[in-house]
Amino acid sequence: MSIKSLDELMNIRKKHEENVSLRDNNNNSQTKLLVGMATCGIASGARETLNELLKEIKAQGLDNVKIVQVGCLGYCHSEPTVEINVPGEDPILYGPVTVDRVK
Amino acid sequence: MSDKIKVTINKQIVEVKPGTTVLKAAESIGIKIPTLCHMDLCDFEFVNKAASCRVCVVEIEGRRNLAPSCVQKVEEGMVIKTNTPRAIRGRRTSVELLLSNHPQDCFTCPKNLDCELQKLADDLNIREIPYSGEKVNYEKDTSSFSIVKDPNKCIMCRRCETMCNEVQTCGILSGVGRGFDVIVAPAFELPLQDTSCTFCGQCVAVCPTAALTESNRTRDVWRALADPNKHVIVQTAPAIRAAIGEEFGMEPGSLVTGEMVSSLRELGFDGVFDTDFAADLTIMEEASELVHRIEHNGTLPILTSCCPAWVKFIEHNYPEMLDIPSSCKSPHIMFGAIAKTYYAEKNNIDPDDMVIVSVMPCVAKKAEAHRPELTNYEDSNVDLVITTREAAAMIKEAGLDLKNMPKTDFDKMMGESSGAGVIFGTTGGVIEAATRTAYEWITGETLENVEFNDMRGLEGIKSATVNIGDLELKIGIAHGLGNARELLDSIKSGENEFHAIEIMACPGGCIGGGGQPYHLGDSEILKARQNALYTEDKGKKIRKSHENTEIIKVYKEFLGEPYGEKAHELLHTKYVKREKL
Amino acid sequence: MSIYRLNIMVCGGTGCMAADSQGIVDNFKDILKEKGYDQEVQVLKTGCFGFCEQGPIIKIHPDNVFYVKVTPEDVEEIIDEHIIKGRKVERLLYEDPDLNEKINEQSEMSFYKPQLRIALRNCGLINPEDIFEYIAYRGYEALGTVLKNQTPEDVINTMIKSNLRGRGGGGFPAGLKWKFAHKAPGDEKYIICNADEGDPGAFMDRSILEGDPHSVLEAMAIAGYAIGAETGLIYIRAEYPLAIKRLEIAIDQAKEQGLLGKNIFGSDFNFNIKLKYGAGAFVCGEETALIASTEGLRGEPRNKPPFPATSGFKGKPTNVNNVETLANVAPIILNGPEWFNKIGTEKSNGTKVFALAGAINNVGLVEVPMGTTLREIVYDIGGGIRGGKAFKAVQTGGPSGGVITTKDLDTPIDYDSLQAIGSMMGSGGMIVMDEDTCMVSIAKFYLDFTQEESCGKCTPCRIGTKRIYEYLEKLTEGKATMDDLYNLKELCDSVKDTALCGLGQTAPNPVLSTMEYYWDEYVAHVNGHCPSKECKALLSYTIDPEKCIGCTACAKKCPVDCISGERKEPHIIDEAVCIKCGACYDVCPVDAVIKP
Repeated sequence: MSIKSLDELMNIRKKHEENVSLRDNNNNSQTKLLVGMATCGIASGARETLNELLKEIKAQGLDNVKIVQVGCLGYCHSEPTVEINVPGEDPILYGPVTVDRVK
Repeated sequence: MSDKIKVTINKQIVEVKPGTTVLKAAESIGIKIPTLCHMDLCDFEFVNKAASCRVCVVEIEGRRNLAPSCVQKVEEGMVIKTNTPRAIRGRRTSVELLLSNHPQDCFTCPKNLDCELQKLADDLNIREIPYSGEKVNYEKDTSSFSIVKDPNKCIMCRRCETMCNEVQTCGILSGVGRGFDVIVAPAFELPLQDTSCTFCGQCVAVCPTAALTESNRTRDVWRALADPNKHVIVQTAPAIRAAIGEEFGMEPGSLVTGEMVSSLRELGFDGVFDTDFAADLTIMEEASELVHRIEHNGTLPILTSCCPAWVKFIEHNYPEMLDIPSSCKSPHIMFGAIAKTYYAEKNNIDPDDMVIVSVMPCVAKKAEAHRPELTNYEDSNVDLVITTREAAAMIKEAGLDLKNMPKTDFDKMMGESSGAGVIFGTTGGVIEAATRTAYEWITGETLENVEFNDMRGLEGIKSATVNIGDLELKIGIAHGLGNARELLDSIKSGENEFHAIEIMACPGGCIGGGGQPYHLGDSEILKARQNALYTEDKGKKIRKSHENTEIIKVYKEFLGEPYGEKAHELLHTKYVKREKL
Repeated sequence: MSIYRLNIMVCGGTGCMAADSQGIVDNFKDILKEKGYDQEVQVLKTGCFGFCEQGPIIKIHPDNVFYVKVTPEDVEEIIDEHIIKGRKVERLLYEDPDLNEKINEQSEMSFYKPQLRIALRNCGLINPEDIFEYIAYRGYEALGTVLKNQTPEDVINTMIKSNLRGRGGGGFPAGLKWKFAHKAPGDEKYIICNADEGDPGAFMDRSILEGDPHSVLEAMAIAGYAIGAETGLIYIRAEYPLAIKRLEIAIDQAKEQGLLGKNIFGSDFNFNIKLKYGAGAFVCGEETALIASTEGLRGEPRNKPPFPATSGFKGKPTNVNNVETLANVAPIILNGPEWFNKIGTEKSNGTKVFALAGAINNVGLVEVPMGTTLREIVYDIGGGIRGGKAFKAVQTGGPSGGVITTKDLDTPIDYDSLQAIGSMMGSGGMIVMDEDTCMVSIAKFYLDFTQEESCGKCTPCRIGTKRIYEYLEKLTEGKATMDDLYNLKELCDSVKDTALCGLGQTAPNPVLSTMEYYWDEYVAHVNGHCPSKECKALLSYTIDPEKCIGCTACAKKCPVDCISGERKEPHIIDEAVCIKCGACYDVCPVDAVIKP
């Protein structure tokens, strides 16, 4: 399993960058998806929404999108809610974001 | 174009070869830098490079701290100052610190007036010790018959460690522990008697203080001399006559045989005899053994066995090769055996009333005399062994100045020696002596040129080939136990084949023994002593052991045949397998 | 492989482990599994965060929340509130005393703001037992680049240009050392990493080895390539079992990936690394003693010259570097030496890791750019003196260093400026002392250490440090004279000048330094008085003003007339004059005299 070239190293790196991507705190150019995970959110399936978002983001290879769970966003009538923060733009709130609407 | 390096020392310019130390460079223009732990016996492969005492420190421009001149090699353009107040203060502090941790019993110390620390304290004008505090407190090791080890006087110069590990390859002594309480000792701080120490005494020969000294028996000798019921006789090894004069201020290499005999006689010995007589006896037996082994397909090579440190070395390190050394006892032991039988008989003396004292250049012989195998009729062959230094001390005690004593001869019956016996004291001498006799015995012809130059000289390992008739006698010679080990390993591996090998544990042979006057690192002293012996050999009419008339007589009237039954009983021994620690 | 939405990094440095951070990890794993969240939340042990005062520490990503003083019992609450419901557990957030509010963002804390973590870049960020996490953060890219595109001379030039100086305390330019070893004739050369970190209270190297072992391995391989060595040895003290374990794992993983061994990255370069354990000797941190110990001999230093670069391990050219020095190598290669030049001061580039300890609020591990002032470290990062007491001095350099007092607090930290004020950078230990510290006792503490650790080879260190210690003992027991003080200074100067190795040469520094700045304290001790009231033998009798009825019985009894006071008013003993005879104690009818 020896790494025989710099390119091979880079490939391995790419594969594992995902695992540590959650820890990249300093990248303010990332788009952040805030998912409300308060009681009403959880009750309406925000956890499943979040996991689906994760799967989809990975499948589409989007590497500058970060998902952060937050508490109550306030829009309890439209749970699960997802707020999208694109740097430089106004935040946009989506709701209800059920699993099938994630894509 | 010149490969020399130019440096400035105390404003004087000097050019020296690359690799020269600052110390030596200064010496070459007459500037003496005090040293303590340093010792360089380079001709004999011993250099102590610890640089731990920090006495020889000097100022070097551009260097932050003072530098140890004994190991600092010169570099082009170096500017060195050896006696600035800063260097002197550094030097003085080191000695003051040593003295603050040293017993203050100079008056009764064995090294009083012979101690390098004492001399340095005087040289450096030390008149008070500003630091007082804890001192190390260890027990003296008096476990062995040969060496006394007093760690409280040790200044950690590491000369003994260097000698024991690098030159003698015995590995007995090493630094143990750490910090203030560090000492040089055997593993697990075992007493020397319990280790595989060979008692070669080379540590004693290089120790600057009384941390390592010989076990002193002069009181016992005085006691024997004072006892009117005892017949006390003394024998002197060949190496003594070439060195004892130094203890009385004479030049190294002064041959003082006659004066030495007179002095000993003045002390009250009932007989003053020559170990060289017994050396000739040894040749008779050993040459016979060599011829016997050659003619009967016996074990070869034969190794000389007159050096007890070497014997103990082979017992510990090569116990599987104990059939190789000659079974002959060492000369002074043979003397004792003959004295308590032949001499006692002839002079109507009860052997129980006899005390045999050997003056030896060696501390190993002190232990050797106590070996249980070296007895006959339940009596030790030799009773007391004292070193050259101890003998000189006794002579001084009696108020005698050796150099002004008249020259007299050894007493008869065991006092005649051939030139071959005399050269026993130097490396290559024993085997040269044996060759002189073996040649004539094997070929039946007279040996015209008795001097074998191949067997002389200072190299650690030598080999020589002597044509004895059809036989090409191959001879190996080593001095220093490290060289002995190399030689033995080469025999074990089959790399070398010899008929006869001579091994001496001390550098230069017995003349460099652990009991001789201290050489303080001057190789020239050892060389001068060697030359003295070769000179005495040259001056003798009889130069072959088998032509010694007293020897011929003792065989005719007492022993019978060389290597015969009586000879075996009195003059041969066995060896003991020992473990290595 | 599950896609995690949360990473919980739990500090796994020895300090937090001693406070049961393993228990935190175990509880997280157990309870998350119980509640069915183990596929979404990853729990990892990581390296030292440095904020040891507030440990055990955990950090939750991507929420970027920093919890302090966490116990295993807190785990359930964290899971219920934060993990499941996304609500931060306020009581576990750090309250910054300067900003007076709870902060969850690490980079906003006054402890972290001035710091720049290069050597410690991965500590707290990655799982040190996973080589792939190291690779994910550009690990081994430097080695690959060097082997593919650069010659040994290129590497050495980069290191020389970067001006990286030895972080073990010597401050010698690392690039130059590599150059000497590279130039030395011979085919057999060695790289040795000095991981013997012996200074009391120092744990910079330990944290790097525990938190980011691969950074050291990669640097050693790069160094090996530069000087032409195929073997690397890490001499690590046996008292660091966790670091040893992490190194062993790292070496095995690197070997598995072919990043150590033969034909690394498909080139002609082979490199192997072996561990060698120390056996409890401070002196083996000195490079020649270290080499002797590695050879199986007594750990005694050797005279220099010759230097290890020409004649080191087994007499072959050897390059010895400190752990922190090596941890800087890969970033320098990746970012270029100019990047490193921009950090720090003109003569001392880059950062330095310090282990802050002593009478300071924020005890821990910090990494700051060279040029940061001591004031910033003590007050901004360190949070000021514990208990609100006054600052007295800072000791840098461990047993080899000196003290820095208030007047030099604004000195920017770099190798040369610290030496200019009589101290030294040292390996990074920084002990802060408050007004109640007795400087003579501090000197005595350090000499107690050095004279015990001396190898015993050379006279000035073996006997000299003992005598210096004995003088200091006399001082703290009030038995010293002024002559003793002068002799002590002479002795210190002499030992410094003549000792064989760095241990002995720097052992007198604590004494000389405290004597220079606190001579009065020394004189006070000669007069039998300890101004800081620390030296027990010098404490004097005092009168409790609450109990004293002013009967003057003691004043009348005192043989040296050192008690003063009005009738019916509390009396006072003049400590400077008191001879401690105890007469006042015996005669007081109300037990108001306090015996020392």
